[in-house]
Amino acid sequence: MSGTPRYTMVVDTKKCVGCKACVLACKAENAIPDGYCRSWIVEEIRGEFPLLSAELRSERCNHCTDAPCVAACPTGASHYSDGGTVIVTRDKCTGCKACIASCPYDARFVHPEGFVEKCTFCLHRVRRGEQPACVEICPTQSLHFGDVNDRESEVAQLLAARASKVLHEEAGTNPNLYFLV
Amino acid sequence: MRQETLEIVTTRANPLIDPALHVWGWEIPLYLFLGGVVAGLMVVLAGLSLKSTDRPKSKAVQLAPFLSLVLLSVGMGALFLDLSNKLNVYRFYLAFNPTSPMSWGSWILVLVYPVVLVTGLSSLSDELRANLMARGFMQKPSVAKLMRQAFSFADGARRPALWATLGLGIGLGAYTGLLLGTLTARLAWNAAILGPLFLTSGVSTGAALLLLFKLDEAEEKTIVRWDIVAIVVELALLGLMLIDFGVGGAAGELAGASILGGSWTPWFWSVVVIGGLLVPLGLNLIEVNKHVRATLFSPALILLGGLTLRFVLVAIGQESSFSMIQ
Amino acid sequence: MGISRRKFIQISAAGGGAAALGTGLMTNMWGLTPDEVSDPKTDGDKVVATFCEMCFWKCGVLAHVKDGRVTKIVGNPEHPLSKGRLCPRGTGGVGLLYDPDRLQRPLVRKEARGEQVFEEVEWDEALDLVATKLQGVIDQHGPEALALFAHGCGGSWFTHLFKALGSANHAGPSYAQCRGARESAFELTFGAPVGSPEVTDIENTRVLTLIGAHLGENMHNTQVQELAKAIEAGAELVVVDPRFSTAAGKAKYWLPIKPGTDTALLLAWMHVIVKEKLYDQDYLERYAVGFEQLAAHLEDKTPEWAFVQTTIPVDTIVETARFIASRRPTSLVHPGRRTSWYGDDTQRARAVAVLNALLGNWGRAGGFYIPTKFKIPKADTPAYTLTPKTPPDMPKGTVYPFAGEVLADGLRNASLPSEPNDYPIKAWMVYGTNLNQALPDKKRTLEALQNLDFMVAIDVLPAEICGWADVVLPENTYLERYDDLQTPGFRTPFLSLRQPVVDSLYESKPGWWIAQQLAERMGVGEYFPFDDVESYLAERLEKAGVSFEKLKKHGVINGKPEAINLDEGLELTFDTPSGKIELFSQRMADAGLPPLPTFTAPDEPGPNEFRLLFGRTPTHTFGRTTNNRFLSEIYDENVLWLNAKVAKELGLENGEQVVMTNQDGVVSLPIKLKATQRIRHDCAFMVHGYGHTAPKLAFAFERGSCDTDMVTKTKIDPAMGGTGLNVNFVRVERWQA
Repeated sequence: MSGTPRYTMVVDTKKCVGCKACVLACKAENAIPDGYCRSWIVEEIRGEFPLLSAELRSERCNHCTDAPCVAACPTGASHYSDGGTVIVTRDKCTGCKACIASCPYDARFVHPEGFVEKCTFCLHRVRRGEQPACVEICPTQSLHFGDVNDRESEVAQLLAARASKVLHEEAGTNPNLYFLV
Repeated sequence: MRQETLEIVTTRANPLIDPALHVWGWEIPLYLFLGGVVAGLMVVLAGLSLKSTDRPKSKAVQLAPFLSLVLLSVGMGALFLDLSNKLNVYRFYLAFNPTSPMSWGSWILVLVYPVVLVTGLSSLSDELRANLMARGFMQKPSVAKLMRQAFSFADGARRPALWATLGLGIGLGAYTGLLLGTLTARLAWNAAILGPLFLTSGVSTGAALLLLFKLDEAEEKTIVRWDIVAIVVELALLGLMLIDFGVGGAAGELAGASILGGSWTPWFWSVVVIGGLLVPLGLNLIEVNKHVRATLFSPALILLGGLTLRFVLVAIGQESSFSMIQ
Repeated sequence: MGISRRKFIQISAAGGGAAALGTGLMTNMWGLTPDEVSDPKTDGDKVVATFCEMCFWKCGVLAHVKDGRVTKIVGNPEHPLSKGRLCPRGTGGVGLLYDPDRLQRPLVRKEARGEQVFEEVEWDEALDLVATKLQGVIDQHGPEALALFAHGCGGSWFTHLFKALGSANHAGPSYAQCRGARESAFELTFGAPVGSPEVTDIENTRVLTLIGAHLGENMHNTQVQELAKAIEAGAELVVVDPRFSTAAGKAKYWLPIKPGTDTALLLAWMHVIVKEKLYDQDYLERYAVGFEQLAAHLEDKTPEWAFVQTTIPVDTIVETARFIASRRPTSLVHPGRRTSWYGDDTQRARAVAVLNALLGNWGRAGGFYIPTKFKIPKADTPAYTLTPKTPPDMPKGTVYPFAGEVLADGLRNASLPSEPNDYPIKAWMVYGTNLNQALPDKKRTLEALQNLDFMVAIDVLPAEICGWADVVLPENTYLERYDDLQTPGFRTPFLSLRQPVVDSLYESKPGWWIAQQLAERMGVGEYFPFDDVESYLAERLEKAGVSFEKLKKHGVINGKPEAINLDEGLELTFDTPSGKIELFSQRMADAGLPPLPTFTAPDEPGPNEFRLLFGRTPTHTFGRTTNNRFLSEIYDENVLWLNAKVAKELGLENGEQVVMTNQDGVVSLPIKLKATQRIRHDCAFMVHGYGHTAPKLAFAFERGSCDTDMVTKTKIDPAMGGTGLNVNFVRVERWQA
């Protein structure tokens, strides 16, 4: 069996075409105000014409195992929830923004209503047995979500079968968002 | 080494986050400055009085605790203004997160008030106490009685209060630097040196504030000497910080870029280092060695330098992020 | 009497201890912890299945409605085109439905055409006016003086109206300005068009070759879904594109070809494949004619010859030819989508078709499948009694022998008083297509608009074309209306329903109602013999034996799959004169056109001139969505791609505002420069659909630059009349404000 779940997202950069359906589906699902996003697409092009390579990444909060934002939060608003996801309890957030400054991925932002916001792995959907909105909409099926401690899960199998990386490993936060390369 | 050409495009454009972080504006540097001044005052006051628990000679030193509480309140007011979810401010005081320097800080701030109040009350000379008791609102018997009990308690608790003042002063002075230091995602703050730096700067600016007032000669001499020590230590710490940037690889380079050839370079070097530290150091040394009458020039420069240092540090920290390292 | 020191310490400790106990080291306090995961509650209390119209793919969607408002749109898992997943534009439907700039009420022009001064009127008044004016033109000049420009499935009601009125002048920009060349070429070769959705079995191919096609930026949902599936299964890409597109970023081979020379490359590939006998001999012997002529034609089309034309190294040409052939028949050369490039596009598309034939992939897995359709009887309306005159869409004395549809630019030209014509066009009805941006040579479009007797525009947003109308009729968005049943040819047969998700906003009305109202006023009401569209649909469905209730609930009825290729047991037939695949096209020879794919060298740019190329970005459907504020959060203006070295030589910096001047001296609106490694030195690229000048498109107004402004020159394809649009050259310089 698997032990305590560790929710993980795996992004397949080989299949992703950077269409941004994930970004918009997230905005619609989570009623994110205009001008803000919880997830985003990064396109990296390396090399000189004509020897070029590209990487497309669908990025969001990494829900780190050792999240500096949880450590930095003075009120406990930022905390660990199901499967280790990092969640902000809005009513506890004073908007001091220490968490924003602590994030090596700049994944958070200040919501117009005053509290600090970021990707929640759509925990409200996951608890109902659904997939996060971005995972569900992705037309290339590049996004995968699940419990990496469950060896039968898609995410565990993908990470076992394919080469992957995380971002800014040197920040030492042990992120749970993996990119298949 | 040949630089690889890299084009990065991101769709993220969150306000205050992109293109560069700017979540903390003037409120935070102002608080850091005032907090530092108060911390310095607390350390200096406690230091002055711990040698002998006699009450301080200078009127300014006796009243300094009350001034520091006013300054601290202004600083906390700035902090409050910075909060984006102000109605939840009470949440700071419904929780304690030992890994969060900000949580430590919010509780320290609260503890400072009673401790410094006791120190202040116990420092007041008989003359000042008499002046206070003679005021109009003191004529009410219940108020007068309360005041007398307060003085009595404060006098009794003077020694522990002084030690607590010293301890909290060090904590207050250091925690802000430690706070920035834990935010390792901001490359320019990724330095353990910030804690001692802020404390030292706090002592220097606290001492400088006192030197703006007329002081008893002996006390002034002591304070000036302590100020010199604080400035020298601060210069050394700043030097270490710059060395840290220099040997820090790509991260260090990015961290130091702004004050070593970037937009904040003139402010840092002319107002913080030269104006805020070197010139006052010189003036203070002259005063001590040549027994020349002190002017307000040196303390004013120190205070300006301390304020600017915090503005610069808060700015360069936000400007430097991991995502800048390719 | 003060508190003793002892007591002080005791009290403090007690307090501190209490605090410590209370907080512990946790931060959940005294029942004051509210629910930690906030639920945005965007799930609808009602979920309606319909299909999308943000582009023309028509994916099945589920629209969530809460308190009468659409909160989000997601994919319909049962729909074969979306399979529960959507492209970004699909999710952006809310941005269209609630676009504050939407047309709200019928408008009647008050000042001169183009001044854009309108008065709001009631529907009756507007419809009466339109009917009267159109009837007036018919009475004076005959129904052949009317022209309908339509794009989108809602246009079917108006095409029906026009046929009833006796006019065959209906066109959309999707033929001559878009995919017409490939349809003609494939019809000439295989006897069948490529169609939409394309009959490409991308999902099962092992080598996918893209000639300029930019899948991934062209975001046709099913195509991209299949591309991803193919990549996952190990398929590899050969991408031929002057620009390092998204697809090129995933390719095993990227050939940064000189623009306009793809046909030479295709011919050289075929040369190698024929010479080295890498083609499917059995397949060709069984199903094709003209191989000998083809082989002879290919003899001098060597890789060396092609290198000079294309700048692709000889080794690369040979290696990629072998690679493409190595996985046949699961090797597919994609026919592209918009193929109206250089005026010789039928020849290039023929080369693509013939190459596919050599790979033996038509009617086989991993190549092209033979589509199936859900069978449903036609609507029960009276037969058209009037025989329309031939549309005047070709210049006098000219015939484009293989034009399968009416040419939109041709109808426009026939509306110009300056063009000699047997049947001049005097009135336009424009449904859902912004001709100002869709047709090349904008000057002529404006001239035509100014000289019409009457123009009515039916649209959702006040695009440029509406500013030129005499009457503007506001249509429902796709989320507020029924449209006719859709039964496209696809891998599996299915029937799709579009139904209203919310009530009409403002005074907008559905297309079927507008067409019916006009028909009744113009004496052809019997062609819309229903009280409301629901009864019309119900009747059709009943005849087909399909439950309307079930269709309303699911949005789609999936039919029984049939064999779609040889592998599944289908027998192949070809609707050509020979009954076989025509590698050599006798029909083309008879029409005086090269019967074998022929290369024509493109014009060369002058010094410091760049060929202007344009394409798509995944969050938008060209000009249709550029006012959509939701979609625009991702991408809100186009930029001009120029090679980084070239930009540096011109002294231009990445991100600065530049202007283009084309070979005819027309100057563009300013546009931001993207100096990049991702494009050849001899061309520039921009996304089509920006630079709007319609002031009522408050968001899109003057954002970015309009490439149509630069397309003043076209080259006409002699086979089907397609307008080659990639034939303009621009100079680029810094914009002086």
